[in-house]
Amino acid sequence: MKNREIDFSAMPDDLGLFAGFGGKYVGETLIEATNELDAARKKYMQDEDFLAELGDLLKNYVGRPTSLYYATGLTKLAGGAKIYLKREDLCHTGAHKINNTIGQGLLAKKMGKKSVIAETGAGQHGVATAITAALLDLECKVFMGVEDIKRQQPNVERMKLAGAEVVPVDSGTGTLKDAMNAAIRYWSGAVEHTFYIIGSVAGPHPYPVMVRDFQKVIGIETKKQILKAEGRLPDTIVACVGGGSNAMGIFYPFICDEVELIGVEAAGFGIETGKHAVTLGQGKIGVLHGSKSYVLQNQDGQIQEAHSVSAGLDYPGVGPEHSMLKETARAKYVSITDDQALEAFKMLCKTEGIIPALESSHAIAAGMEIASKMNKDQIMIINLSGRGDKDLSHVLQVLKSKE
Amino acid sequence: MNRLENKFEELKKLGQKALVGYLTAGDPDIETSKKILVQACKAGLDVLELGVAFSDPVSDGPVIQKAAHRAIANGITLEKTLGILKYIRQEEIDIPVVIFSYYNPIIAYGIERFANDAKAAGADGVLVVDLPFEHSNELDDFLDDSIALIPLVAPTTGEIRMKKICEAAKGFIYMISRVGVTGGGKLDVKPIAEHVAMVRKFTDKPVSVGFGVSTADDVKALGSMVEGIVVGSAFVRIIEENGHSHAIATMVAAKVSELKEATK
Repeated sequence: MKNREIDFSAMPDDLGLFAGFGGKYVGETLIEATNELDAARKKYMQDEDFLAELGDLLKNYVGRPTSLYYATGLTKLAGGAKIYLKREDLCHTGAHKINNTIGQGLLAKKMGKKSVIAETGAGQHGVATAITAALLDLECKVFMGVEDIKRQQPNVERMKLAGAEVVPVDSGTGTLKDAMNAAIRYWSGAVEHTFYIIGSVAGPHPYPVMVRDFQKVIGIETKKQILKAEGRLPDTIVACVGGGSNAMGIFYPFICDEVELIGVEAAGFGIETGKHAVTLGQGKIGVLHGSKSYVLQNQDGQIQEAHSVSAGLDYPGVGPEHSMLKETARAKYVSITDDQALEAFKMLCKTEGIIPALESSHAIAAGMEIASKMNKDQIMIINLSGRGDKDLSHVLQVLKSKE
Repeated sequence: MNRLENKFEELKKLGQKALVGYLTAGDPDIETSKKILVQACKAGLDVLELGVAFSDPVSDGPVIQKAAHRAIANGITLEKTLGILKYIRQEEIDIPVVIFSYYNPIIAYGIERFANDAKAAGADGVLVVDLPFEHSNELDDFLDDSIALIPLVAPTTGEIRMKKICEAAKGFIYMISRVGVTGGGKLDVKPIAEHVAMVRKFTDKPVSVGFGVSTADDVKALGSMVEGIVVGSAFVRIIEENGHSHAIATMVAAKVSELKEATK
């Protein structure tokens, strides 16, 4: 048991390393900005006024706490463990992403920054950032790949309505990786007055730890709620992993508990086809977007394209804390194909009347399979990270093409 | 003394500045790239920065991004980049060569293996844009004393950090002229002068300035302040615009000669 030797709650170290993963592998131009951000987040995460302001917005604007719903239909269908859904789909804007953007947006204000930028894949982080910027009166630019703009048109409109400028990125594959490249390049030129709101537990230190700390509200609430409902901790927690922010958010408060943690990556067309986003399962350790972590790459160290039906999981990197959890076997990572996720999407709509995001559908699919093999007195919690309205036209199109 | 130190000493005696030229290895393809590199070196480059193509070059502007993608599409790898370096050494190119890379291709190649093979191929320095000072020992620990890990300083680098970087520096200091990515933009000399003065407080190592340097006038203006002037996108753009021309190597060499004149 390698993980017995590691104090997970003490990570990362001063260099931003989670047992060797993470760090700040960025150009010199950005280093002092990450240092300044690290100092600011340490200060304000201890500051009572800041935390009160954040707590108030999370409660009254975002709609927290989100419910922990006992899904009787799913439980019956799986025929094993009792299944609960943590309803992050009920957050304002329809996904967990806003927990983090409100936190970083407030931090930007405290640091005196007038404008924010963000990258987005599925558009959920872009929407959450645009809406946060509208709320907090910040200028906002969102970088988005041209492919994703096509897949996620309603979210593009939402960002524009909130007053953000959506910057199309046509380099590379026109997806999340390229949007992040473009955002980093823009930030390099505007670093003195612009705050970069990264949407996942990725990027250079302190982003992975900061985003996790803004997202851990998910797990903190979940713990209270399950103790109230069941009088004990769950046996298993399941969450999807692209960059991995919803998963770290729900995992982290349970990291020192005897709770099985399962991350679900997107297997796209299937691992054997090479068209997937199984970064932890199939990648190698490398450096992408400022941190050392597992990366999908070829043998020469060129980053490979990821593929997933869900734009939010379509990323060849992963947060460094997940790499640590994998290496130490504290968490287990499995994968679900596009087809399995689409099945789960339809199933959840029918069984529970909940339209899940395609990202979250991966967690549902894996959760159902695992729960079916568990005992009836065991408890599983699946993080339902977002709602699927944004995916409807895309899903209908994919399903139609399969007919 | 290695080739880098010798070169800066030699130029100082001649009253010249170093023209440091960046070219992406394998751009537009491996064979053409060899010709371009040999001719560019012969035309008067004082130091060659041999770029390792990377799929996601976040410190680079569009010109060098496209060069990396052209080179990768035509089969370049880090291993083949070192092969190109060996080739130009066989062609009796004896100027100092700095391998200019992002970190991931080096990790994939194997850090220790890279350190050994770079030396064997004839490199005098290594510059890794996304390997900052705090992580630099990961590579530096494997580098022989004859290879300098060239540090970068930026306009955003604060004084405390600048001191640490300068005190540990080997070879020369690569000073980034302005915030932003490589290429484009207009050179603003005044803030650069102030920035150079700060670097000088902490080191007497040669200073080379890069990012946004493209004309003979730029080179002249910087030559009054520092020991080396780095030109990258301005050379690479010639390849972008004339990649299929038989005269491509001659065209790059002509630009090198023109800019070298401006360092005298």
